[in-house]
Amino acid sequence: MATQTSRESGFLNNLGRVYGIYTGGFLVFVILVAILEQLGVPNRVLGYLFVGFTILIYAFIGIVSRTTQVSEYYVAGRKVPAVYNGMATGADWMSGASFVGMAGTLFALGYDGLAFVLGWTGGYVLVSVLLAPYLRKFGAYTVPDFLSARYNGNLARFIGVLVLLACSFTYVVAQIYATGIIASRFLGMSFEIAVYAGLAGILVCSMLGGMRAVTWTQVAQYIVLIIAYLTPVVVLSTQKYGVPLPELMYGQALQDITAREQEMIATGLAEAGKLKPHIAAFLTYDRLNYFSLILCLMVGTASLPHILMRYFTTPSVRDARKSVAWSLFFIFLLYFTAPSYAAFAKLEVYTNVIGQSLDALPAWISTYSNLDLVKIYGITLKGLGGGIAALKAGLAAGATDVAGVAAALKGAGQDALLASWSALSDPVKAVVFEAVKANPAAAASDIFTQSIQAAAQAAGNTTGKLTHGALAIDNDVIVLSTPEIAGMPYVIAGLVAAGGLAAALSTADGLLLAIANALSHDIYYKMIDTHAPTTRRLMVSRILLVIVAVIAAYVASTRPADILAMVSWAFSIAAAGLFPALVLGVWWKRANKWGAVAGMVAGFGVCLYYLVGTRYYAVGFYEMWSGLSGANDAAVTKFVELKAAFDGAAPEVKASAWKALDTHAQNIANWFGVRNISSALFGLPVGFVAIVAVSLLTKAPSKVMQDFIDEIRKPKGKELMEGGNLITEVH
Amino acid sequence: MARSNSEGHWAATSRLMYIALAIWAFFSFVIHFFVNSLNAIVIFGFPLGFWFAAQGSLIIFVVLLFWFARKQNDIDSEHGFAEEE
Repeated sequence: MATQTSRESGFLNNLGRVYGIYTGGFLVFVILVAILEQLGVPNRVLGYLFVGFTILIYAFIGIVSRTTQVSEYYVAGRKVPAVYNGMATGADWMSGASFVGMAGTLFALGYDGLAFVLGWTGGYVLVSVLLAPYLRKFGAYTVPDFLSARYNGNLARFIGVLVLLACSFTYVVAQIYATGIIASRFLGMSFEIAVYAGLAGILVCSMLGGMRAVTWTQVAQYIVLIIAYLTPVVVLSTQKYGVPLPELMYGQALQDITAREQEMIATGLAEAGKLKPHIAAFLTYDRLNYFSLILCLMVGTASLPHILMRYFTTPSVRDARKSVAWSLFFIFLLYFTAPSYAAFAKLEVYTNVIGQSLDALPAWISTYSNLDLVKIYGITLKGLGGGIAALKAGLAAGATDVAGVAAALKGAGQDALLASWSALSDPVKAVVFEAVKANPAAAASDIFTQSIQAAAQAAGNTTGKLTHGALAIDNDVIVLSTPEIAGMPYVIAGLVAAGGLAAALSTADGLLLAIANALSHDIYYKMIDTHAPTTRRLMVSRILLVIVAVIAAYVASTRPADILAMVSWAFSIAAAGLFPALVLGVWWKRANKWGAVAGMVAGFGVCLYYLVGTRYYAVGFYEMWSGLSGANDAAVTKFVELKAAFDGAAPEVKASAWKALDTHAQNIANWFGVRNISSALFGLPVGFVAIVAVSLLTKAPSKVMQDFIDEIRKPKGKELMEGGNLITEVH
Repeated sequence: MARSNSEGHWAATSRLMYIALAIWAFFSFVIHFFVNSLNAIVIFGFPLGFWFAAQGSLIIFVVLLFWFARKQNDIDSEHGFAEEE
């Protein structure tokens, strides 16, 4: 024990040195991989080296940080210095989607995408000013712990746990999904195997050491992810503008983009109505939606349990405040760089891809076309490959001309191949057919140019040049392709993969811990077996962690279609369900148990009703609330027509008529035109009003409770909880 | 006496909270209402309205949080509620 303590204090006193050596070691490793690349080691091997080496390090930290103490497991012993907790929060916060997708969102949406940049940073002001220091002083292990103490009892705790599960579970599934995507894309592993490999990487970091292990791996993961994010864009900025500060230099790119946008419209490469100027505001989101989205993301940030609980780990209230500032600083480094990524990539695409002759497109286009991430007239190399395979099967099944292929495949029961074939447009089918007839060994890359030329002709494009409207780029491509666009060696691409993986793994660790701790501490220990000994509490925590992780990985491996949309719901759910009760718990002494219960149920309920109603029951939702819908007359008429078509449809087309009706209804099922991603705009005020109204109608909190709130408000003095139990009972 | 000190501490804390939230609200929402007018001003190639949403507001948030942490510490020490080192 003594040796463990002295080793530990040695570690805490030398954090700078330890992580300095780690960072230096990581850079040396990157250089070694670069040398191997020059020696001709294949890219696949380099990719495995990157991913394998970084995961081994995380696993090593996870195992070294194992613990048998409850306070180490739940709050890292409350010994994490402000700066390091800031880095850990940065990694906890920035998900795989932020890392890979944020720049792409800005690429696609221009100014309107900045709602995410603002929303995902400004929320930390609310965290520091309204919540984190007070929750730290309270000394809880979990967010529901606070709700239970402040609002007398397990009812508030239980509702808090429900909201926590609702917002965290889909989020963790999306993280594991992201690890699967990244690993399969860079390592060529199958997606399902990659998901379970990611699961192993997550468990080894969190199971043995709980919060303590997650904290120190998250710091290591932050270092990898920020180096990986900044390197390509800094190199690009240096190449193009001679200054390694992309955040300053992309102003020129913005000017060039605007000039090029006008030029493209003038020369007929883009249609004025369809091209969204990069700097123009409120084209995708109107003002109401833009500002609602910012508000919901910010308030959601301040209510997400896996973020709030990071501030339970600092040594003092003062450090909690400082730590929020450092967190935002470390998060800022990435978010404030993302707009430059987007601008550089957009300028590259607008000047060197759009307007290019269709037979001379840059090489990176085909790399991502192979992965279905870049489409030209809807055509990808992957899709063409599928089409060729389908055609061969169709010919083998007796087809003699283009028109007969579908029937032949259907007759042979080849549904998957039939789908690949039907996905091609008619002119492309003809090209594929001719090519395969002429040369049975024809490959997709041989007929790519010919196919897009045929599609361009069919679309009325006779210039032979690629137009703006014909090109579709997946959001993820922007960050992934930057190294290649700038002509950097593969080692940089491998670095980016390792960074994306670090971002996804670290967020998954934090979320998983939040979920498992809520189940083990709040449900098991506080509600089922309040006399459980320490060893059993830790055992239950670890078992639940594994169970939740395996369920999440299983759900991710089924590739649920809506998972990415549902992640953005997490912010609204957390905001509407938790924020009013947490904030008023600190700032309004009069808030009482029944008020909080009513507020959480009402806020969460309204939010969930709006999300589920507008997404899954859009037709019914619209009919019930048509008076509040933001739909214009044309949309209303269309709804009436589609509804009549559905009512009168013959049984065999009933399903497709319903689909058309439902798809349209999703656009108009809303209150005042607010998109469901911002549903907290309704849930949040309802939650506040319910707490205030019900609290005022019921008895004021006792004198003891009022004193308890006074204690939370003063940094000085002891915490109010110890070992996950209140020191003095408050009723 | 102790009571009024406690109330004074909370009054000062609340005041700081309102100031911080006012700055937060201004740079989260108010300034972006004027994005189109601000875009007429271009500095180093950056249209100002775009720049505030992409970077300016973020810089303000970071500075605001460090400033807030220091101010709140001052309030706590003034009223004798700061933690011992």
